[in-house]
Amino acid sequence: MPDDLTRADAATLLAAMEAGETTAVAVAEAHLARIRATDGALGAFLRTLDDTALAHAADVDRRRAAGETVGALAGVPVALKDILCTRGVATTCGSRMLEDYHPPYDATVVERLAAADAVVLGKTNMDEFAMGSSTENSAFGVTRNPFDLDRVPGGSSGGSAAAVGGRHAPLGIGTDTGGSIRQPAAFCGIVGVKPTYGLVSRFGLVAFGSSLDQVGPMARSVADAAALYEAIAGHDPRDATSIPEDPPPARPALDRGVEGLRIGVVSSFLDGEGVEPGVRARCAEAVERLAALGADVVEVALPHADKALPAYYLIAPSEASSNLSRFDGVRYGLRVDGPTTEEMMAATRAEGFGPEVKRRIMIGTYALSAGYFDAYYLQAQKVRTLVQEDFAAAYASCDALVSPATPSTAFGIGEKVDDPLAMYLNDVFAVPSNLAGTPAMSLPVGGDEAGLPVGLQVMAPHLGEPVMFQVAAALEASLGLDLAPDALDDAAEERA
Amino acid sequence: MSLSDEQVRHVARLARIALTDEEVAGLASQLSDILAYAEQVGEVAAGDVVPTSHPYPLANVARADAPGPSLGQDEALANAPAVEDGRFRVPRIVGEEA
Repeated sequence: MPDDLTRADAATLLAAMEAGETTAVAVAEAHLARIRATDGALGAFLRTLDDTALAHAADVDRRRAAGETVGALAGVPVALKDILCTRGVATTCGSRMLEDYHPPYDATVVERLAAADAVVLGKTNMDEFAMGSSTENSAFGVTRNPFDLDRVPGGSSGGSAAAVGGRHAPLGIGTDTGGSIRQPAAFCGIVGVKPTYGLVSRFGLVAFGSSLDQVGPMARSVADAAALYEAIAGHDPRDATSIPEDPPPARPALDRGVEGLRIGVVSSFLDGEGVEPGVRARCAEAVERLAALGADVVEVALPHADKALPAYYLIAPSEASSNLSRFDGVRYGLRVDGPTTEEMMAATRAEGFGPEVKRRIMIGTYALSAGYFDAYYLQAQKVRTLVQEDFAAAYASCDALVSPATPSTAFGIGEKVDDPLAMYLNDVFAVPSNLAGTPAMSLPVGGDEAGLPVGLQVMAPHLGEPVMFQVAAALEASLGLDLAPDALDDAAEERA
Repeated sequence: MSLSDEQVRHVARLARIALTDEEVAGLASQLSDILAYAEQVGEVAAGDVVPTSHPYPLANVARADAPGPSLGQDEALANAPAVEDGRFRVPRIVGEEA
């Protein structure tokens, strides 16, 4: 057990609390103190919930001391992306539109975190309505990368990724519509998991692309991510797309090793144009290591993967244009007055939405409009079917697939804000799994020449979480990385 | 695909977003770039392919037709910008010429 509780991962904290070596209140206080000291520099949190967090922690301590039942993550702090509804607590989605929105109910994921006795420390920053890859699209300021404060943390779950990478919380909750958990996890040197579509309830998740959105865990170890995944996954009758069967458990698979597994390397991704040399080198080394650990490593092709991102940029904006029509100044959120209801709505949406959200709504509205539907949306959904068939063919001969999580490491703040297409290309390796609804995760596999983290993506078929976590855990154990960033502490010391 | 300013204004009207002239010009160029990229989907011969309707196959999901508690009126209205007599209040909907 480290002297500084914020250096411990969730498993270590749980063991120490169970052994009576520390308390949930001490753990919460240590993280809140670090947030007070360094979140001014990092910008991971939009707001902390000190009172409710400490009260929950005290209740956990009381029940644990009395020998009463406690949840599986009892007393472990978690950072919650501000896109999941929290009853009576502002839920902004990083948007002026919802600056004063206080949901009348909790998201199912929030209920499950409470049932697991995880202590929610606060709500984290994000690209507005989860649209972006850098967290620069938040209406409430930028979040910085804990490895280099001049660089982005990735996005859209950049606040949760920076919080976990910067030791402001051992666990984080993100959402992934087209890479929004895996890309920031890769940039911040942590583990980020997008589960199978339908395993984690979307009830109370503010919708972006409903056929793509999935909630998932972020953590500093594969085992912690597996524990958080198990805590939040499960059938929910309030989400009609929720899978009725029990979710496959991840933790029993962690110690199985990779011997005898067949792992496919998506060679068009690894050797793809635009992949930085540092990313390619670390990912290639990770693949060699998997082979050395006994996996049967083969090259696989996903012939339609190069059309996945173009399809995504028709499907996701189309769904967004429909989903975000609810923000009309009538039932909740911002209203800007106008002489008629239509003018009120247009003025409200002009002021409430930022530039990227407007762009996506416009693309989606155009793609769904009369005369364009067949060529855009319908064709994109056909390409989506072909991407799924590519995966099915690959998984017929492979247990899991690997590729770089992103083409590059974290880029500079401001570097890509004026070039939407360049920003979109961050997620070129991530979106195929969203289109297919299959699970995928990123785990750190080292640093590039500048010391910035590189993420490897591990992908698996529907409900293939056990083998996905199995591959990631074996690689993590073999690499034995210590990626703790010190840029954040140096910056905080300079301020002091 | 290249979008004209007029097309951008038409789409903005459909989407109920008021745009400044400056925004219209910027969006015409940005949306044209993004759509040109997205149009790559048309390079795939997919005539007979069944379009995806759901990324994970589930069929006929329905809950039991049983009454249960729901959000109360006060809670449902609590976040509304304007409320009158237990209802959402909006400006005039029908134009004067109607």
